[in-house]
Amino acid sequence: MSNLGNSLERRDVVGQLLANRGDLLVVAGLGSSCYDILSIEDSSADFPLWGAMGAASMMGLGLAMAQPGRRVLVITGDGEILMGLGGLGTIANKAPSNLAIVVLDNERYGETGMQKTHTAGPMNLAAVAAGAGFPVTGTIRSNEDLKAAIPTIRQQPGPVLFDIKILANQASDIPSPQDGTMLKQRFREALQV
Amino acid sequence: MSWQKNIFDALLALDVRHVAYVPDAGHTDVIQGANEHVRMNAVPLSTEEEGIAVLAGAWLGGERGVLLMQSSGVGNCVNMLSLVKTCQFPLLILVTMRGQEGEPNFWQNPMGSITGDVLSLAGLEVRTIDQRETAGDMVAAAGEQVFKKEKAMALLIEQKVIGVKKFGD
Repeated sequence: MSNLGNSLERRDVVGQLLANRGDLLVVAGLGSSCYDILSIEDSSADFPLWGAMGAASMMGLGLAMAQPGRRVLVITGDGEILMGLGGLGTIANKAPSNLAIVVLDNERYGETGMQKTHTAGPMNLAAVAAGAGFPVTGTIRSNEDLKAAIPTIRQQPGPVLFDIKILANQASDIPSPQDGTMLKQRFREALQV
Repeated sequence: MSWQKNIFDALLALDVRHVAYVPDAGHTDVIQGANEHVRMNAVPLSTEEEGIAVLAGAWLGGERGVLLMQSSGVGNCVNMLSLVKTCQFPLLILVTMRGQEGEPNFWQNPMGSITGDVLSLAGLEVRTIDQRETAGDMVAAAGEQVFKKEKAMALLIEQKVIGVKKFGD
């Protein structure tokens, strides 16, 4: 079942992305990405989307524009971002320099039985983002690639999008707070807005 | 002063910072104002549902926004409105109606005929602007509710209000 060329483990990737995160704000897209960020910690500076598939990048855009002094990282999946590819053009057009998007790309719909997404075929998400007008894009296939890209993801003026090819294995679900009103209020209180 | 200018002034007074939109002739002055005013951030979208998530993100970051579309765009928003209901995000949508009196393209009629019902089913309070004179005040009143009480509200601007766009209107 696993995509044989890919070797990175999703939770190891997310752990490296969020290490020493400082004042980083995170939006996670529907599905495994929400559990992945929770596997590191339950942070009030994170907003997990337990629904509204396709919303993650756009929510990241809104947050980045309202908080231009903070780095905003969207962590989402390939299936989730495929639902709103036009939004990449919307982001590139506004060009928020503090926004980075990483796609945990297992080339599968992980929540529904591991059916293949378009990225299992010829589709190249980094090329799509570059074509949409993102100034900084790339594809990550190894731990060396990831280590080299993390400073770019965390600091380089963007918008940035990296497609991170990961193993198509299922990580465990984690008990998780899913009350949307609470998550919203908690996030705003942490930001003191 | 035109009714569209009154809407724009009401949005400014509400401290709306982000104007997300898919264009319509009926929103011309608000879109132009958003693109020109130093306190406003105009966010052109590729499809209407993007705006719901953009404005939710802006609210997370402490800022207010408004979403502009025509009635056909309401159909694109349905699942994304679950985000607003689940999390009680404030949402103010201004919808210019198509498929009503004076509609030249009958392909607009199916979506136009269910626009208000769709928004109501999705959990928004729906109000209708049926004359130019009240447009600005209605936006001001709706915005107070939306942002102070974290409510979701749509104002449907009837097609007869929009009429034919004239220079200097």
